[in-house]
Amino acid sequence: MTNIAHKLRVAENLRLTSRTWKMVLEADHEGIITAPGQFVNLEVEGKFLRRPISVCGVDGRRITLLYDVVGEGTYEMSQWPVGYVADVLAPLGNGFDPSRSGDSPLLLGGGIGVAPLYQLARELVALGRRPVVILGFNTADDVVWEEEFRQAGAEVYVATVDGSRGTKGFVTDVPACTDPARTYFYACGPLPMLRALSDSMPIGGELSLEARMACGFGVCMCCVVQTADGPKGICKKGPVFRKEELIWK
Amino acid sequence: MEMNVNATAAPARDLSVTLSGVRLQNPVIPASGCFGFGYVMAEYYDIDCLGSISIKGTTLNSRFGNPLPRTAECPAGMINSVGLQNPGVDKVVEVELPKLREVFHQPIVANISGFSVDEYVEACRRIDGAEQVGIIELNVSCPNVHGGGMSFGTSCESVAEVTRAVKAVTTKPLYVKLSPNVTDIVSIARAAEDAGADGLCLINTLLGMRIDVKTRRPVVANVMGGFSGPAIFPVAVRMVYQVSKACSIPVMGCGGVSSARDVIEMMMAGATAVQVGAANLRDPYACPKIIKALPEEMERLGIDRLSDIIGCV
Ligand SMILES: Cc1cc2nc3c(=O)[nH]c(=O)nc-3n(C[C@H](O)[C@H](O)[C@H](O)COP(=O)(O)OP(=O)(O)OC[C@H]3O[C@@H](n4cnc5c(N)ncnc54)[C@H](O)[C@@H]3O)c2cc1C
Ligand SMILES: Cc1cc2nc3c(=O)[nH]c(=O)nc-3n(C[C@H](O)[C@H](O)[C@H](O)COP(=O)(O)O)c2cc1C
Ligand code: FES
Repeated sequence: MTNIAHKLRVAENLRLTSRTWKMVLEADHEGIITAPGQFVNLEVEGKFLRRPISVCGVDGRRITLLYDVVGEGTYEMSQWPVGYVADVLAPLGNGFDPSRSGDSPLLLGGGIGVAPLYQLARELVALGRRPVVILGFNTADDVVWEEEFRQAGAEVYVATVDGSRGTKGFVTDVPACTDPARTYFYACGPLPMLRALSDSMPIGGELSLEARMACGFGVCMCCVVQTADGPKGICKKGPVFRKEELIWK
Repeated sequence: MEMNVNATAAPARDLSVTLSGVRLQNPVIPASGCFGFGYVMAEYYDIDCLGSISIKGTTLNSRFGNPLPRTAECPAGMINSVGLQNPGVDKVVEVELPKLREVFHQPIVANISGFSVDEYVEACRRIDGAEQVGIIELNVSCPNVHGGGMSFGTSCESVAEVTRAVKAVTTKPLYVKLSPNVTDIVSIARAAEDAGADGLCLINTLLGMRIDVKTRRPVVANVMGGFSGPAIFPVAVRMVYQVSKACSIPVMGCGGVSSARDVIEMMMAGATAVQVGAANLRDPYACPKIIKALPEEMERLGIDRLSDIIGCV
């Protein structure tokens, strides 16, 4: 039995770009998050449904999140002062499987989808792998966490849709993406990006999906996806699925 | 900073209630669709503290349900349009119920939906034989499926017809779960009672809708969905009160319950047991917290036996 309800203290909450914020939550013990790619579900005052956010990094008792302010819930989160005690469900979801990576895995992040790849990159480096990370954004002003990935020991490329930074286009337009030396891929980002990767990548991989969720822990069936093995809840059996599992409609 | 999930801390007061001969250790039952088939929740706490469990709405054949998005935020509540996703009654009996049986050792409530009288009858017949089923709950009110549950729950004739037909092939107590989306809930409740229902459950979700004002499109893909959560509590209390005054069969009260005080209020309105739905989704520990708080709340209100207050208003 796992207690998934935690009170976590906001240790940092700061704006990184015009849309993206970084929040560090501190627990009174280590080990709440058990795999890279898991997420947390945050209670926001005045909102009935919680807000699901991926775990970007784990350092002892500290859990780092990156989040875009897109609506009322995430705006409210951006107003939490240091010391605010957040009501958090964690750990949620299965997470990525670093053991499948092979020698030179590719990590592909679109927009805020770069967040869960960071802890994965660190764990891959610790396993002696050589992760190649490609971060895709709309424009140069949106680029986040590039330096952090580099410091974690990954080889990092950036693509922007408007060409204002790095390769012009999508993550798939970066030559390192199609390099035959790549052994496996891990991806998180908007659905069209995941779908394109699923169709075009010749190697095996894992994709992290998102959906509007009510519970986040596998009981309401609001977040289902069709798989080769029947419908599965994204929050509980995912959010990470192997490429072959998913059936795209 | 961790919450205490031990809900079984010696209640000095009597929380037990009896529904048509089925004794529950307390009146708190997670509502259908908000607890899956139960066993997933056993990963988070010892679910044996619950009074019973109403399983996800089960149909004769498996259903994928509605397209996504299936949920929308609302003031003090939520909309869902899951559309009765379930693996079908045979898989439920062969796969889901045995998993639940390992972690929950009391009678359960089998929530059944259908799209024709024959489907209801066949699904109920197949689940009636499962030993752990204590009560069958007929969902005649799911607002999600076109031409489905909704039409049964909105007319006295069709409620009576499906109740009579299912009663003829089942041995377990039969509870009819009513829709609030009707002009006169009392006449529907009486129709179910007259047709042989052993009890009633109310209310299901209220038909609702949200629009994304930026995209000018409905938030849920199915356009409309079922509205539930704390916002509907007063509607539920009112309907439970009206129905329990007009009928002589037991009522399970449901709708917006999220605290021990709500449970007591619902029972005072006439409910013998109380179902908790959306509150579980916001707080997975909602039910054990309520059960733990009940004895304290009873003490404060001078209640020795919970069953004493049923319909006291
Ligand atoms: C598993 C998972 C991981 C996520 N990780 C991150 C992350 O690391 N960083 C980040 O910025 N965002 C992440 N998201 C998206 C994030 O949950 C939404 O942006 C956020 O809930 C929006 O809330 P809001 O109140 O500001 O927006 P509103 O639009 O006002 O929200 C209304 C409702 O829709 C839901 N919703 C809106 N957009 C999304 C969306 N894209 N995905 C799921 N639900 C949505 C909200 O939760 C809420 O219930 C993740 C989503 C999921 C499912
Ligand atoms: C996500 C979700 C799924 C539901 N699925 C069912 C169902 O399958 N069968 C049913 O009879 N009621 C279903 N309901 C209705 C609940 O059982 C309950 O009647 C209703 O939500 C009101 O209670 P609440 O306000 O406590 O949520 C569902 C409700 C929700 C929120
Ligand atoms: S959000 Fe409830 S099952 Fe996934």
